[in-house]
Amino acid sequence: MKKMIKYIVADILQSRIMIAYTIILLVISFSVFAIEDNPAKGILSLLNIILFIVPLVSIIFSTIYIYNSSEFIELLVSQPLQRNAIWLSMFAGLSLSLSLAFLLGSGIVILVYAWSATGFIMLASGILLSNVFVAVSLLASVRIRDKARGIGAAIMLWLYFAMLFDTLVLFLLLQFSDYPIENSVVALTALNPIDLSRVLILLRIDVSAMMGYTGAIFRDFFGSTSGMLIALAMMLTWIGLPAYISTARFRSKDL
Amino acid sequence: MLKTTQNIVLLLCLWLTAGLATQLLAGTIRVGKMRAIKSIRTGIGIAKSGDTVLVDKGLYREGNIIIDKPIHLTGMQRPVLDGQNKYEIISIKSDHVTVDGFVVKASGQSSMQDIAGIRIYNKRDVTIKNNILEDNFFGIYLQQAHNCLITGNKLRAHGKAEHLIGNGIHSWKSDSLTIKGNRIEGHRDGIYLEFTTNTQVRQNTSHGNLRYGLHFMFAHHNTYTHNTFSSNGAGVAVMYTHHVHMKNNIFKDNWGDSAYGILLKEISDSDIENNRFEANTSAIFMEGASRVRIKNNIFNANGWALKIQASCMENQIEKNNFLGNTFDVATNSSLVLNTFDSNYWDKYEGYDLDKNGIGDIPYRPVSLYSMIVERFPPAMILFRSFMVTLLDRTEKMIPGMTPEQLKDSTPAMKPVQL
Repeated sequence: MKKMIKYIVADILQSRIMIAYTIILLVISFSVFAIEDNPAKGILSLLNIILFIVPLVSIIFSTIYIYNSSEFIELLVSQPLQRNAIWLSMFAGLSLSLSLAFLLGSGIVILVYAWSATGFIMLASGILLSNVFVAVSLLASVRIRDKARGIGAAIMLWLYFAMLFDTLVLFLLLQFSDYPIENSVVALTALNPIDLSRVLILLRIDVSAMMGYTGAIFRDFFGSTSGMLIALAMMLTWIGLPAYISTARFRSKDL
Repeated sequence: MLKTTQNIVLLLCLWLTAGLATQLLAGTIRVGKMRAIKSIRTGIGIAKSGDTVLVDKGLYREGNIIIDKPIHLTGMQRPVLDGQNKYEIISIKSDHVTVDGFVVKASGQSSMQDIAGIRIYNKRDVTIKNNILEDNFFGIYLQQAHNCLITGNKLRAHGKAEHLIGNGIHSWKSDSLTIKGNRIEGHRDGIYLEFTTNTQVRQNTSHGNLRYGLHFMFAHHNTYTHNTFSSNGAGVAVMYTHHVHMKNNIFKDNWGDSAYGILLKEISDSDIENNRFEANTSAIFMEGASRVRIKNNIFNANGWALKIQASCMENQIEKNNFLGNTFDVATNSSLVLNTFDSNYWDKYEGYDLDKNGIGDIPYRPVSLYSMIVERFPPAMILFRSFMVTLLDRTEKMIPGMTPEQLKDSTPAMKPVQL
């Protein structure tokens, strides 16, 4: 398994898209902090980029990579190897290389310019988001045989998490504004990993505004240590669950 | 023999210094555990007008001390006056009284009466300085006082609930007071002025009080400068007053849904200048305010820099710096009766082609999402999501929901130099 992961990581890191992704992240993060004299504002600008680009690249790149390596996977399956091990090394390879790209591209810049708790949370959410969307893409690609449809599904999933979900939440908020819905809103955000990371960072950047009445509820939940742990657990579930389901499906898949 | 001479010399020195400090003719009465006069009450009893009653270090439990003649009550090395949680400690019922250098602690508590550490009853020219007031119900209470000086006092209480604690410096129906360099902590309101006029409030620090750091009602023609109001339960609230001057104050860390840097309710003809508002949930909340000039202030890292209700009119907001606030301006209506001029907004994205330091396109400080959050506070959780940013951008292009007229036509390109 170690050998497989090593091989996959080496293969991915050599690809031009991966190098371009790293460089683009590096350039964006660096310029964002160089333009803004205030690191807090830099973090703010970077926030949207991370919540936007990282999931997009992670999900699409992994989906395409898996479809492109279908022959390689078939070859591996014909070897005396466990299917679980094959699929999990695919996952591990993709996760590792995408996390590494994020770390090199944005991580170093964040650590240099924003050495603070906010910076660390941002770094952690970037890495976790990369992993979440690799796991989600695995699920999409194991379920759909056709490459074009698979990539389409990946894009739709990204669109859903990045935009449609928020629109739905806003719609629900406005519809049920007469009811005490603050707690359900907290529960709702936990259903979207992008929102989860956004709220965690929001609570640090816009702390004054978030201290309003409803804000205090958000802060009581996400601001406390137990809330942070719950948020982390949710993120890990978002990685673990799709990875587990896709592995189970891959085991019995007719290749 | 030696000891008595020593004592006499010491006494003489003190006599001389005290004598020089007061009028030459006035006498000094010494009170202390080791002296002929052991109680402050007796000391005051035998004192004549203009005398100084000098109190030695020590603990005095004398219940209510009434000062009914114009004397100076001075503590040496901060003697402690203990109210044993039963009495009002010092009651001033004469003009021209000075109370200096005491620790006044543990006054009584009551839901019926306003029991205070030091209270002035309808008198004038009283000075209260350099005292430490601990754990009192009300700290210093001025009732119909005129031309009094309250300076250098430290007030601290440990109130748990608003109804169980009084205000730090409380003034009712007074005039021409000077409240300067005091520090108030843990009371209900730090400084409370009602029907108090022509008063100077300077260089005070009001920190961590349960309700308001500063609170005034019907208190006209007062000036507040160089004060710091921080971490109070609900910030600062000023109501039903005209001709207020607030300058060079700092309003900081007032967090909560109904906590404000300043809440202006029915305030008119006033100036708010050169103040600093930092990390408040709402820096300024205006309701029914008119002809208020907000100029040269710094709004930094607040949730909302200005919340202006539709009931406000003819207010001028000019040459302020808005830096790193979550929302710059919020309002509850499309009616705009206030003017914004030459402010610096860090969110401004316009350009300055003629390089005159003034942006060429107007800045609209109210964002669509601030209007939505105003109506549905829980929507705050979606703030800074991509969808919300998109909504705000669209609204900036084609204003639909936000008040079209609420704009700064001459936004500064660089922060205003203050």
